[in-house]
Formats: sequence, C-alpha cells, structure tokens
Amino acid sequence: METILKIENLEVKFHTLGGVVNAVNGISYSVEAGKTLGIVGESGCGKSVSMLSVMRLIPNPPGEITGGRILFKGQNLLEVSEEKMEHIRGAEIGMVFQDPMTSLNPVLTIGRQIGEAMMVHNGFSREQAEKRTIELLNLVGIANPDQRIKEYPHQFSGGMRQRVGIAMALACEPDILIADEPTTALDVTIQAQIVELTKRLQAELGMAVIWITHDLGVIADLADRMIVMYAGYIVEEADVFDLYEKPSHPYTLSLLRSLPRVDSSRGGGERLATIPGFPPDGVTIMLGCPFAPRCNFVVDRCRLENPPLIMVNNDHKAACWVDVNTGKERSL
Amino acid sequence: MMGTAESDVIKIQEEFKTEALTPGQLMRMRFVRHKMAVFGLIMLVILILYSFGGAFIFTEAEANFTNTKLRLNPPSAENPFGTDTVGRDILIRTIYGGQISLLIGLAAVVVEVVLGVLIGAIAGYYGGWIDGLLMRFTEAMFNIPQLFLLLVMAKFFGGSVPDINLFGRQFSGSVVVIIVIIGLTSWMYLARIVRANFLSLKEREFVLAAHTTGTSNFSIIFQHILPNSIAPIIVSGTLSVANAILSEAYISFLGLGVKPPTATWGNMLEGAYNYVETAPWLWIFPGLLIVLTVLSINFVGDGLRDAVDPHALVDAG
Repeated sequence: METILKIENLEVKFHTLGGVVNAVNGISYSVEAGKTLGIVGESGCGKSVSMLSVMRLIPNPPGEITGGRILFKGQNLLEVSEEKMEHIRGAEIGMVFQDPMTSLNPVLTIGRQIGEAMMVHNGFSREQAEKRTIELLNLVGIANPDQRIKEYPHQFSGGMRQRVGIAMALACEPDILIADEPTTALDVTIQAQIVELTKRLQAELGMAVIWITHDLGVIADLADRMIVMYAGYIVEEADVFDLYEKPSHPYTLSLLRSLPRVDSSRGGGERLATIPGFPPDGVTIMLGCPFAPRCNFVVDRCRLENPPLIMVNNDHKAACWVDVNTGKERSL
Repeated sequence: MMGTAESDVIKIQEEFKTEALTPGQLMRMRFVRHKMAVFGLIMLVILILYSFGGAFIFTEAEANFTNTKLRLNPPSAENPFGTDTVGRDILIRTIYGGQISLLIGLAAVVVEVVLGVLIGAIAGYYGGWIDGLLMRFTEAMFNIPQLFLLLVMAKFFGGSVPDINLFGRQFSGSVVVIIVIIGLTSWMYLARIVRANFLSLKEREFVLAAHTTGTSNFSIIFQHILPNSIAPIIVSGTLSVANAILSEAYISFLGLGVKPPTATWGNMLEGAYNYVETAPWLWIFPGLLIVLTVLSINFVGDGLRDAVDPHALVDAG
C-alpha cells in the first residue's frame, strides 16, 4: 500500500505568556492512499494542531513547529516554499472544519467560495469554475445546485453548509481530505448523513481521509486505522477492529467505556462511566505518563517514566507500562 | 431514508420554503424606519439636482460673468439670490459652486477611503511590527491638528497644479490640491476602524478555511475579509463626505482653498465676511447650502449606521 503522508516526530509548541505549551510531542504516523485514518482524543490533545501543522497553518507567533518532518508524497512540507505550500493547500490537501456556521464567509456566495480554489489552482475561468461547482454540489447532495450557487451561507442549514464545506475542500480533487471534527456541530441525523457522504465520496474519488473526532461512535463506521491522542502524544495506534476489540491503553479503554451502548450488559439504570479529571495543560512538564493521574491501572513506574509507543500486538501499538488485559506491568 | 432518495426529499421540501429576507432587504427596511435619514436622503437628492441640474439652465460663463454696475445688489426678480462684490449672480454661482463642493467632498473621501482601508487592512491583517509602524504613523498624523495641517499643505502645494480641462470645462488646479490634502489629512480615523475590524475578522474560521484552499494573502485581505467590514467603511465614508465639504469651506473661507473664478460654497463665503451686516445675502445662501448638505449627509450616515448593524432588529411595528 502506498503511503501518501508520513509524519515523523512532529513537535509543536506554543509560546504563551504562561510558559511554553507543548501541544504536540513527537508524534509519528502515516496515512495510506485511499484509506481513512481516525484520530480521537479529548479537546486539547493536539489533534487539530497536528493537522494544522500538516497544512502549515499554525499561527506563528505564538505557535512553532519545533521538530520532525511531514512527508507528503516524499516531500518534507516543513521545507517547501510558501508558494508551493499555497498550491498544496486546496489542490492536494483539502480541509473541512468543525463548525460550518463559521467556516464559510458570510458575505460571499457559495459558488464563489467553492469556485475560488479551482480558479487559483486549476486556472479555471469563472464559467468553468461555476460549471464544476454545480457538479460538486450535485456530488455532495445539494438540490438545485444551479440556483444555490448564487446563495449566501445564511440561506443554508447547518448540514447543508457542511456539505458546502466538503464541496469546497474537494474542489480540486485533493489526495487527502482532512476533516477536523466535521460532525461535532451537527445533530445526530445530519452526522450520519455526513459520514455516509464522506464514505461515498471516498469510494468515488479515492482520496485518503484523516477524520478527527472525539466521538468514537462516529469514527468506528468510517476509519480503517485509528490513532488515540492524549496530551500531545499518540497513546495507541491500531487497526479499527483491533482498537475496539482489544484496546491496549487505559485511556482508550476509558473512552470506550464512557460510550453509551444499545446492547449494554450493565442493565438499565446504571451510570455511564466517566474519566475523572481533565487532560494536563501542556505547560507543566510531567516526568511520567501524562495519563497517570487519571489512570486506574497506574503503577509506580508510570509516575517516573513516560512509556514509549511500543508494538503490543500484530500492528497494534500502545504507550503503557501496564498490559491492560492482564493488569500486570510489562517487562520492558 | 425509507425508500425515498435524499435529494428527492430535499426537492419536495424546497417547494414549501418561505423565502427569507435578504440582508439587503433588511437593511433597506431598517433605513426607511429612520425618518431623519430618509429626509436627509431626499434633501441630498434635491441638492444634487440643484447643483447638477442647474447647469443645464445656466452656463458657467454666466456664473463667472462680472458686471460692476450690478455689484452688491440685494435679491430681486432678476438676481433671486442677489449679486456679489463684482456683480456676479449668486444663484448661478451657488449652482456651480455646489458642483465643486460636492465633487471635492466625494473625491476627497475616495482618497481617504483608499488610504484608510489600505493602511488599516495591512496593519490589522499582518500585525506585528508592520502594525506597530503603521499605527504609530497614524497616531502621529492624529496628533497634528487637521486644520493646521490643511492650511500648511494648502499654502505649500497651492498653485503647484496647473488648471485642468475636463468635460470641456476649465477647473482650477487648486481643486485637485484641495481634494488630495483633505484626503491625506483625514484617513486616520478610518484606518483605525478598518484595522480593528480586521483584527477580529482575521481570527474567524472562514479565513482559516480560505487559507486551506490555498488562497493568497492578497485575495484574503481584499476579497474575503474586506467585504465583511464594508458596513463600517460605508458609514464612516458617508460621514466623512460632510467633513470634507466643511474642510473645503474652512480653507476656502481663509483664502487658501479653491481659487476664483471657480466657485465653491466655501470660497463664496470668503468675500462675504466684510459685508456680514450690509449684504447678508452674500453669506446666507452659500452658508445655508453648506449647512443643509452637511446635515443631510450626517442624517443619512446615522441612518446607514443603524441599517447596516445586523443586531438592530426590525420589529413589526
């Protein structure tokens, strides 16, 4: 399988008045062409920041990519010129945002906003861009596209706007679509529609998808491979089935336990599990594992040393000193 | 989705949709509710018709025609507004003077808006040292009293531009000088407004979204962000037209503005102040026109301010 995006030891820091925030701490992963990678984790775990780094859109200052490489088709994106990067954004990597209410420009028509990328990257004329925009809107399931391209974002509902957002990201048929919590701001029925739409588009256009979410229910249906992030680290990486069947990190385990299930064996009336506390702030330098204070499996070593991401099973990585299946400390 | 394709469902629903009011319609409704603004707008239309329509009845030669036998005649059937110190008809001069005054007002605001938007947009969008430099420069300009700056610049550049022929008419070069110096001394307020707007707008997600589609900074500034801050620019620009007309009146009144024989409402006042009591018609008519214009523009500006504010609700009453 062809690897299209490979991130190696990416480190992102934010220099704030309160100190240096370590947003992403040396993460590595790769995305294969035509496959879907799911990234899950709580708010503030570095999911969005790592994606914005791929686009090289971290606001600088205060943000800074302090280390690592981002290899897109073998080329390190951290070293290419700004002009080249402008071409890669949109033409080769597309991005969909969380809140379709704010990610569309309120004073430009839908047609103008979708068409812009094609005019910039493909050198389309206004008419060509308009024609293609109508095709795209058809593709993402918007009725009367030739009418609606003349309308403004406020004339669309939330779900429709997210479809427009997807059309915008797909305008130049990118190789990778980055979706940053695209369903979080939508209600459940619309969420399902957007997930279905993404699956269909991926099958039709054959692009790779990176889907960031904190909803394990949404991603299960969509992803081929999963990454769980916590406090700027990857704590677990596995095939989607493996991850749900045999979670190997206490954090993943807790996340899965806090999902409501229709087939709950716990019976009626039982409370949903929660994870006490909140993720560390990123300013405080922790000696041990960042999840240790909230972990049920914690052993002495956790508070002293941060566990590396190790292969725990066939193609299944986790960063934990403890084997959660047995509850015993790993002999590393 | 039980059996029916999603797009069909949407199509069926589209047919039952009530069209929402467009922002333009809402703006018009809010503006019309502002009685004084509507009055101002009507007044302005009348004043423009007066200045530009009057030119079809009287020629410019008549406006500049001097007849010393008729000097300082009070209003009469022949000269409805009277005559001035060299016997020119004041009615015709207010018509041609109005053209120049309104022209100066509008053109100076164009200069002001171009400068203010450029400086404000670049400072707000790029931030950092560019912002620091441009804003310190803006503050420095603010600290010099505008009238003083106007007078010095008018004295310095006055007469340096030759007369121009436009549309078969002769314009004093001083008109251009006045337009440029009024524009150069009044952009600071607008630059601050635009900068403040850009500071908040550039953090919005749609700007990030535009970046992710590979849009250039230039296009983001002028095509994505600027249309979002057009409302305060229009309001501030409208009110500035009134200020520019007043500024022109100041400097022309002090004799440093537009050079005769080209008439403006301002320089018509210049010759009048020796005759404040003996020949009041010299200053009453041009003065009244200035007051009416400035007042009307201010009313329209106030109306626009309310009209473009999306938080101002239009209630049914």
